Amino acid sequence: MTDAAWPSGMACPACAGAPEPPETTNPAGAPASPLRRYEISLPSIHCAACITGVERGLAAEPGVAAARVNLTLKRVAVTAEDAPGTESRLIEALAARGFEARPLDAAALEATRTDAVGRDLLARIGVAAFGLMTVMLLSVSVWSGAVDSTRDFFHWISALVAMPAIAFAAQPFFSNAWAALRAGRLDMDVPISTAILLAVGVSLWETANSGDHAFFDAALMLSFFLLIGRYLAHLTRASARSAAAEIAALEVHMAERVAPDGSRETVPMDAVREGDILAVPVGARVPADGAVTRGRSEIDASMLTGETMPEAVAPGSAVRAGMMNLSGPLLVRAEALGDETLLKQIARLVEAAEQSRGRYASLADRASRWYSHVVNILAITAFFGWGLLSGDWRLATNIAAAVLIITCPCALGLAVPAVLTAASGRLFRQGVLLKDGDSFERLAEIDSVVFDKTGTLTTGRPVLTNADALPAGTLALAAGLAEGSAHPLSRAIVDAARRTDVRPTPLTDIVEHPGLGAEATGDGESLRLGRAEWVGASRQSDVTTSWLRIGGAEPIALRFTDEPRPEAAETVARFRAAGLPVTLLSGDGDAPVRALAERLGIETWIARATPADKVAHLQTLRDAGRKPLMVGDGLNDAAALAAAHVSMSPASAVDASRSAADLILIGDRIDRAVDAWTLSRTARGRIVENFSMAFAYNVVTVPIAYAGFVTPLVAAIAMSFSSIIVSLNAMRLGRRT
Amino acid sequence: MNVLTILIPVTLILGGIGLLAFFWSLRHNQFDDPKGQANRILSDRYDDHPAEDVDEDPKEPR
Repeated sequence: MTDAAWPSGMACPACAGAPEPPETTNPAGAPASPLRRYEISLPSIHCAACITGVERGLAAEPGVAAARVNLTLKRVAVTAEDAPGTESRLIEALAARGFEARPLDAAALEATRTDAVGRDLLARIGVAAFGLMTVMLLSVSVWSGAVDSTRDFFHWISALVAMPAIAFAAQPFFSNAWAALRAGRLDMDVPISTAILLAVGVSLWETANSGDHAFFDAALMLSFFLLIGRYLAHLTRASARSAAAEIAALEVHMAERVAPDGSRETVPMDAVREGDILAVPVGARVPADGAVTRGRSEIDASMLTGETMPEAVAPGSAVRAGMMNLSGPLLVRAEALGDETLLKQIARLVEAAEQSRGRYASLADRASRWYSHVVNILAITAFFGWGLLSGDWRLATNIAAAVLIITCPCALGLAVPAVLTAASGRLFRQGVLLKDGDSFERLAEIDSVVFDKTGTLTTGRPVLTNADALPAGTLALAAGLAEGSAHPLSRAIVDAARRTDVRPTPLTDIVEHPGLGAEATGDGESLRLGRAEWVGASRQSDVTTSWLRIGGAEPIALRFTDEPRPEAAETVARFRAAGLPVTLLSGDGDAPVRALAERLGIETWIARATPADKVAHLQTLRDAGRKPLMVGDGLNDAAALAAAHVSMSPASAVDASRSAADLILIGDRIDRAVDAWTLSRTARGRIVENFSMAFAYNVVTVPIAYAGFVTPLVAAIAMSFSSIIVSLNAMRLGRRT
Repeated sequence: MNVLTILIPVTLILGGIGLLAFFWSLRHNQFDDPKGQANRILSDRYDDHPAEDVDEDPKEPR
C-alpha cells in the first residue's frame, strides 16, 4: 500500500448524511493539496457521542477530507492535506472540544493497522463452521438410524464437504506441524495434524467399504475449536503488539533548530547534526545532549537521575537529552549525538539486560511439550495393541484414530488463550496495557517488588511543607510573587496558598530572572523569591528550598518535598500484606529516600543508585533465585525494568522506560499494579484449573477410546463438552466487577 | 427419500450463501472496530459501512 494514499470510500458518511466521496463531504475546505493520513490517539473516548463529536469536529476543520474513529483501538484516522502543522492544528481542535489527543507516528503503526493474520484465521473458522454444520446435519441422521445405502450416501456427501473444508481450515496446523517435524521437534500441531489426517483417512476408507462410522464431523470439530483457540491467542498478541506500537508511536521526535540567520524550523531528531543550535522553550525537554549557549534557566533532571531538586544552568552548562527546562528559554548546541548520548547508553544497558533475561517458556509451551508425546504414544500403543491382539488391522486403525481424536487437545488449545483473552480485556478496562501474554504469566510468579521513587511512588511534583510555620503574611507575598510563573516550585507555593485560603498579595512590577527567581516591590519593600545565593541566604538546607527576602530582613525558607502519591502507601501495604518484600531503589539523595521509605513503611531502601547500580541490584536478586517485579518511570530505570523478571511503568514515564516495561499503567494510578498482580494470580489459577479439567476429561475418555467404544457420536459430545466447559471457566475471569 | 435430492443441495446452497456473506463482511472491514459499530448504532447520523481498505480501490484519486 502506498504511504499517503487514502480512498475516497473512507469518507465518514455520517458527516454529510449520505456516503459520498470525501471531497464533497467537507465544503468548509475542499483540499486542493495532496492528502495524507494522520493517526491520532484518543485515550479518553468511550461512547457514541464521543465518536460523533470527534468526527464532526474534525470534518469542520479546513483541509480535512475525512475522519473515522476506531473505538476499539481508541484512535481516529484523519485524511487531511499534507501541509506542515496540520497535525498539531487537528490536535488543538480536538483538545478545544474536550478530547485528549496525542499524535501517533502513522508509519510506525502501518504494520499493525490491517490485521491480515486475524482475517485469515477468521476466514478459516468460517469455512470450518460451514463444513461442521453441514456434516453435522448429515451425521445426526446417520446417528438417528440411517442404514445401508442412505448411510453410505450421507457419508459420501460428508466426505465431499469435509475434505475441501479441512484442506483449507486446518492448513495452519499442517504447515506448523510440517515445520516442527522438519526441525526435529514435536509440538502440539503434530498430534493435531495426525488426528485430523488419520480421522479423514479412516473415514474415507470406511465410507468406501460401507463401514458404520465416519469421523468427518470430529475432524471438522477439532479444526473448528482449535482455530478458535488460535484466533483468541492471536487477538491477545495483536492487541499487545498494537499497544506496543502505539507506545512507540506516541512520541514524535522533533526539535526546533535555529539557523545561523536566526530563523527557526522544526526538524525531526534524525536530521539534527553535531553543532546545530536547538531552541528549548520553557516546559519542553532538552532534545539532545549538549551545552547551553544562551539563556538562563533551571533544569529538572528527575527523569534521568531521580533527583527532584531543580538545577540552575547558564551559558556553558552541560545539559542532557530528556531533562525538562523549567524557567527560561534556552539555546543549546547539540554536542554528543548518535552513540555518545546518554539515551543511547541507556538503550545499550537495556539491550544487555534483556539479553541476560533469557527466554521464558510459557505454561502452554511446557504443557504441550510433554502432552504431545503422551498423545502420540497412546495412539501408537492402541494401534499395535489392538492390531496384534485381534489381528484386525482395520479395527486397530479405527481405534487409534478414535484415541487421537479423543485425546486431541481441544480443551488444551482453548485453555490458555481463552483465559488470557478474558484477563487482558479486564486488565484493559482497569487501565493496564499488557504487552505480551508471557509477561502476564510471569507477573503471577513474582516474589519481591522493587519501586523507583520519583514519579512512581511520588507524584514527581513538589509540595510546600512548611506553609503553616511561616510568619503571617509571608505566604501571601510569596504566592503573589509566584503567581505568574510556570516553575514547579512557584506553582507549589500558589497551590499551598489556595489550600490554606490565603489570598496572594497583588504585585504589579514582578520581574522574573530565569534560573534565579522573581523580584518585585510590595508594601514599599523590595521582595525577592528564589535560589539561596541570589536571595542572599547563608544557611544551606538538605531539602529543596526556596528563599523569600522581604526588604533587608533575613530570608525566610520555603521548604518543599516531593509528595507520595495518595495511593502509594496502600499499594506498598497490600504488597507487604501478601508477603512480598518491597524495596525502594532511587537515584535521589539519602535524606529524601529514607524519609519516603519510613513514611510508606518500606524496610529496605537504596539511595544514590546509578542506572547501572539499579541493573546490578536486580541482577543480584535474580541470581539469588528471586523473581522481582520492578516498577519505575525514569530513564534511569529503563535498564532495570528490562532486567527484572517482569516490569511496569506508569503512562507518564519516558518512552525508553515504557518500551522496556512489560505492562503499562495507563490510568496513572500505581495501585493498579497490585490489581494486575492479583488478576494475574487468578488467571494463572484458572489456567491450571483448565489444564486439570482437560486432564480429568482425558482420564475418563481415554480408557473408553482404548476399549473401542468411541463412536463418532461419543467423540462429538465429549469434545464439545470439554471445550465449552473450559471456555466458560475462562470467561468467568472477564466478568465486569 | 426423494425429497433428499432437493433438500441436500438446498442445505449446501444456503450454507454456502452464509459463508459467502461472511467472506464479504470480512473483506469489507466489518470486523475491524466491533466496539465502534456497537456504539454507532446509537448515533442519529447515517452511517452504513465501515472504513474501506486503502489497497482495494487503487483507481481512486489520492
